[in-house]
Amino acid sequence: MDKSNPKDNLGVFGVNVYWLNTTVGGTTNEKGWFEIPYKTAYKKLVISYVGYKTDTLTISSLEPIHHFLTPENELDEIKISSKKKATQKSFIQTANVFTVNSDELLKAACCNLAESFETNPSIDVNYSDALTGTRQIQMLGLKSPYLLISQENIPSIRGAAQVYGLTFTPGTWVESIQITKGAGSVINGYESISGQINAELVKPFTDKKFFLNAYGSLGGRLELNTHFNQRVSKKWQTGVYVHGNYRGEKFDNNNDGFLDNPLMNQINIMNRWQYTDPEKGWVSFINFRYMDDEKQTGELDFNPDIDRGTTNFWGSEIHTKRFDFSSKVGYVFPELPFQSFGFQFAYSNHEQDSYFGLNIYDIQHQSIYSNVLFNSIIDDTRNKFSTGISFTYDSYEELVNVNQYRRNENSVGAFFEYAYDNSDDFSLTAGIRVDSHNLLGTFVTPRLHARYVPWERGVLRASIGQGRRSANIFAENQQLFGSSRQINIQSTNGKIYGLDPEVAWNYGISYLQGFRLFDKKGDITFDFYRTNFQNQVVVDWENPQEISFYNLNGKSYANSFQTEVNYKLVEGLNVRLAYKYYDIATDYQSGKLIKPLTPKDRFFANVSYETDKKEENKQWKFDVTYNHIGSQRLPDTSSNPVQYQLSANSEGYSLLNSQVTKVFSEQFEVYVGGENLTDFRQKSPILANDNPFGNHFDTTIVYGPIFGRMFYAGLRFKLD
Amino acid sequence: MICLSAEAQKKKKNAKVAIEVDGVCMMCKKRIEKAALNTKGVKFALWNVKTHMLSLIIDERKTDVKTIQKNIAAVGHDTKGIRAKDHVYNNIDPCCKYRDKKVVDDHKNEKQ
Repeated sequence: MDKSNPKDNLGVFGVNVYWLNTTVGGTTNEKGWFEIPYKTAYKKLVISYVGYKTDTLTISSLEPIHHFLTPENELDEIKISSKKKATQKSFIQTANVFTVNSDELLKAACCNLAESFETNPSIDVNYSDALTGTRQIQMLGLKSPYLLISQENIPSIRGAAQVYGLTFTPGTWVESIQITKGAGSVINGYESISGQINAELVKPFTDKKFFLNAYGSLGGRLELNTHFNQRVSKKWQTGVYVHGNYRGEKFDNNNDGFLDNPLMNQINIMNRWQYTDPEKGWVSFINFRYMDDEKQTGELDFNPDIDRGTTNFWGSEIHTKRFDFSSKVGYVFPELPFQSFGFQFAYSNHEQDSYFGLNIYDIQHQSIYSNVLFNSIIDDTRNKFSTGISFTYDSYEELVNVNQYRRNENSVGAFFEYAYDNSDDFSLTAGIRVDSHNLLGTFVTPRLHARYVPWERGVLRASIGQGRRSANIFAENQQLFGSSRQINIQSTNGKIYGLDPEVAWNYGISYLQGFRLFDKKGDITFDFYRTNFQNQVVVDWENPQEISFYNLNGKSYANSFQTEVNYKLVEGLNVRLAYKYYDIATDYQSGKLIKPLTPKDRFFANVSYETDKKEENKQWKFDVTYNHIGSQRLPDTSSNPVQYQLSANSEGYSLLNSQVTKVFSEQFEVYVGGENLTDFRQKSPILANDNPFGNHFDTTIVYGPIFGRMFYAGLRFKLD
Repeated sequence: MICLSAEAQKKKKNAKVAIEVDGVCMMCKKRIEKAALNTKGVKFALWNVKTHMLSLIIDERKTDVKTIQKNIAAVGHDTKGIRAKDHVYNNIDPCCKYRDKKVVDDHKNEKQ
């Protein structure tokens, strides 16, 4: 049985069971049961399974044996396949964390990480501009720069990768996603403000030997994913993961003379090495990754070879190359299951060369991240701690039209996190870190999470914490280059583009109640979070001729309220409903304004239905997601000529996505789906599309989809 | 040899021990583990509902098996050698009455 899953005592399938120093043995069946021939000479029974500690039992009588296997390492959480919910809200963890596992990810085609959140009401997926089709995510009403997005606990979508980075992780590489609302842990740094998102990638030891996914859409997008995993020796396993996507067809369904979606091609290769030595307690990962991505967008007739740098046609090309190396070593003291240490090291080089009409934007960002971590207990396992030190280095080189910006950042920090759990109704995690940073100074980051169970299946959580970061004003707002806006940085001699670091407090409470209605399980959640900025680099779009960056003078806050119900109507039929309300405002130089391009209200519904699994796992799966996005305030355009003015607020609209999957066997499945079935399109997403080199051209005011109804189909093939 | 025997007598800071504790359900598990952890010197406690084995990691300089057994008996659970007093046993939840064959059988049926 799986020790980390003691509640339902699920058996572990395929465990090797044999008598020590003999060849007499067998394996467990689906229920985790086994039978083994016995002789009185046999005394020691060995139980071994990949991903678990090998155990040896002394057998003195012929009584049936129940044995709990211990997963070998916390750093490498191995999940045993069982009937789990696709999205799990934890009743046990102290922080407000929920896990999105691969079943949920398969509900939509999710070609990449940015698209993996569409069936998840806690995360908003917005379009960043009218050109690149890039989707950016938001949590608690704040854009992704205020989230810490990590891959296997190494901060990854940051700096130069902030806008497009999520589209650079293919969906099939993602094993599961953990989403923490609120301050989060101090272990991975001080940058997170409204939350943390961690993506666990597929692992050579647990992924299928061979996996193939092909996808094609009527929007002209083609994607291909292949995984190969190979055992090298008893302790080493390696995997090669290759992703390619391509769109070569031009679409202009709204007849504005501009491509609705960019032409693109991407090649993305990752090689992982995994080492596990369960007896000695060591595990390790080594990863290499290279990505090359090209996008072309702009006017239909734009030909980069001829028209680049001219005013014949407006066009844009974005070329990104990225190299990543990361490694991890973890050690669990074999005699002390509660004590471990870990070491992480990561290097990345991100290079983007791009132009948008006559605007040029190039950025190179090199980054080093390193973390040493020790986990143990104080007195007993109800009092745990993690402590360690971290080191980061970032170098930025940017070219913005004719201006060069260079910046080096480095920091050394130490952290300590204490976790108390009375293993019953109360737990608490208190963390603190001290960092010394060449530009942000020396500062303390405190964070606190608490959980209390007032009654059965009810969980009350509260959190408070601080976060701090340097704003990469160009990289994070690069949609500005797709406009004729002038850049206006109101320097106050700060250290980052003349501006000060952003500092914010986030606090929130959350209540989760599990229930049973008509003998079916469900849960309901109420969340309220508030982020208060002490300083923010205000991005001011309110003058249509300009984009201004300045330090906050006054207040800036984001309040977010969300309620969510999950309920199983009948076996196989699950419903999720959510309502979200945002109140986000900033004191601009022109006065207090609601955050633009953010709906106040959002209603979300997801219905999924699965038929019973038949022989060879034959199954149908149906999924429908409905979103109503309320009215959004649009940036002020009242000083524009009448034909280039927009209304003060956008209309509300509804979106409907659906997908059907047919599982033919354990090896093969096919899916078809449709996005934006109601065919809602934003009218005139590009301002002054008739005069792109004039003074009023603007592609940044996007509140809804540009491409209409779209259908896709794909297949998945796996071999073990 | 002298060195070895000295080593053997030295009380270990992190000694692994396992003792049998009678009980029947997840509520018992909570109570047993809590009683074990409330004993000064017990660092880690895990009770297995099916095998009734309580796995412990203890600091032998601060505690011993007997003390732990006493503390477990004090919350109503029997171990080999120390039987919980009847009035303590009588106070535990009805579903935890491990001395009652009927309760034990009920739990068995539940699991299957």
